[in-house]
Amino acid sequence: MITLAVWKFASCDGCQLSLLDCEDELLAVAGQVRIAHFLEASREVLPGPYDVSLVEGSITTAADAERIRAIRDASRVLVTLGACANAGGIQALRNSADVAEYASAVYARPDYLDTLATSTPIAAHVDVDYELHGCPIDKGQLLETITALLAGRKPNLPAHSVCFDCKRRNNVCVVVAHGEPCLGPVTRAGCGAICPAFGRGCFGCFGPAETPNGPAEADLLRAHGMSGDDIRRLYRTFTVSAFAEVAGDAS
Amino acid sequence: MRSEETPRLIGADGLGALFTALRDRGYTVVGPTLRDGAVVLAELDSAGQLPSGWSADTEAGRYRSRRREDGAVFAHCAGPVSAKTFVHPPRARLWSADRNPDGSVSAAGPDAPAKRFAFVGVHPCDIAALGVLDRVLAGGEHPDPVYTARRDGTFVVVAECTEPAATCFCTSMGTGPAATAGFDIAITELLDGGHRFLARGGSPAGTEVLAALPSVPAGAEDTAAATAAVERAAAAISRHMPDEPLPALMTASRESPRWADVASRCLTCGNCTMVCPTCFCTSTEDVTDLTGQHTEHQRHWDSCFSLDFSYLHGGPVRTSTASRYRQWMSHKLGTWQEQFGMSGCVGCGRCIAWCPAGIDITEEAAALAAARLEDAP
Repeated sequence: MITLAVWKFASCDGCQLSLLDCEDELLAVAGQVRIAHFLEASREVLPGPYDVSLVEGSITTAADAERIRAIRDASRVLVTLGACANAGGIQALRNSADVAEYASAVYARPDYLDTLATSTPIAAHVDVDYELHGCPIDKGQLLETITALLAGRKPNLPAHSVCFDCKRRNNVCVVVAHGEPCLGPVTRAGCGAICPAFGRGCFGCFGPAETPNGPAEADLLRAHGMSGDDIRRLYRTFTVSAFAEVAGDAS
Repeated sequence: MRSEETPRLIGADGLGALFTALRDRGYTVVGPTLRDGAVVLAELDSAGQLPSGWSADTEAGRYRSRRREDGAVFAHCAGPVSAKTFVHPPRARLWSADRNPDGSVSAAGPDAPAKRFAFVGVHPCDIAALGVLDRVLAGGEHPDPVYTARRDGTFVVVAECTEPAATCFCTSMGTGPAATAGFDIAITELLDGGHRFLARGGSPAGTEVLAALPSVPAGAEDTAAATAAVERAAAAISRHMPDEPLPALMTASRESPRWADVASRCLTCGNCTMVCPTCFCTSTEDVTDLTGQHTEHQRHWDSCFSLDFSYLHGGPVRTSTASRYRQWMSHKLGTWQEQFGMSGCVGCGRCIAWCPAGIDITEEAAALAAARLEDAP
């Protein structure tokens, strides 16, 4: 039986909640792994080292930058969960702004804050073995990864566009049939094309696909009524830093 | 009765009888229906689900369903779903294995579908595409059991094309708009002078089903009207491939500067290959369960537009977008001929309509032809 630890950094907790959300499969998971550290589920904490660490959230404080190194040292396999851990999350919007100005506008006592000027992905600090993308992650991909690690095989985590999955599940393309702006052509698959399945465009929460064509996607979004500002805002949501290069050509 | 014998005339309500006849014979009927703003192919329970009074306007990167004044049922083209989805499904289990309590392992082959499909209202280009898949997936030394289990015993009611879309180019590929082979029943929808269908059998099974439907012998004027409707469709087709052997064009265009041009527009999103009724490429993966006692070898649609698809030891072979687009188009129009003795393109135009970027394979072929002429000494 392998030991599993779940760690939280700057994040909303939604990704680690995906593990509890496994409902039907949760007992099977609990039967195969020893949950050694998962504060959202249990106060019981077992000492490391850990076979697998699931890491949620981004690095936004000096203390967290130290903590992630300790977790890496204590983990055989480290898997990052979600847009925060892989791309800095929504909070990475600060990376292109003045944090002191933000803090003074938002907090009565900004001097209480002890924060870095940037929100950075886990991989900017330590080596990461697998990245599960999304905001939140897809619980199917989480189960697939745990299952693969149990079996000693490579997890099936595609890097192609969302469009592949859209067509495989027979969604009607919201761009072509309805003129909806959609980031699907430049966004990494893994969610099962869930937003287009409900008739709305992909908003890119999985971050860029393997070879996104930023200028061509910008042409597409403009053709469907978006301004340069709209396009920049669309990219600057969940994975702002990961999409920076793709969006760079947007205006 | 053979197809050159007198066709039958079926009334507008005859499609209900056709559905009943097919269902009585154990078929699961697959036909066009309107869903989420597009005419898609789906399993249908009754003729009432057919897209009566719906057409589709298409252009490069654009598809809009459109309400019609009349009750035409088969006046639409280039929907995003083709028969491929049913006979070569997006995901299939090739085999599975279970570890038994005594430690031995038992294995099972692919799922055998419980359904026999009857395709109703597919167009001649779709029949041509089934012919291509027959050759590719079942015509070699190692027929694909997933495909043959779904394709063998299918019943095909082709609707001759009377209203091609702006993205269609079947006349260039020799696949339409008339139906010549590969069907059990061919019907031609007639609207002027009353909604009715001219029907002819193309196989003993088709003739038998046709005989079970309420019909009268078609008059000479009905037959002439059907011929004229199909001829009008042929004349209405506005897109064309260059009038030259396409395999030679693709070979000569290997280093064409056009590939870089199309690469600047191509999103590598894979939509063209997914909607193509003949693109058959797949990848396999092993899917285990949490207990480690059960594993499945699954196959899913893949695409030459993904990096992983050309991943060999050390890395992907086709890293640039230009190389991936060239691979797709060169195979489709060129090397497919060497490999299978036929074109991989049937001229349905789905790749044109459903490319979000509006890349048009006929325009790209024309550009390659023009670039070659410029290069000519």
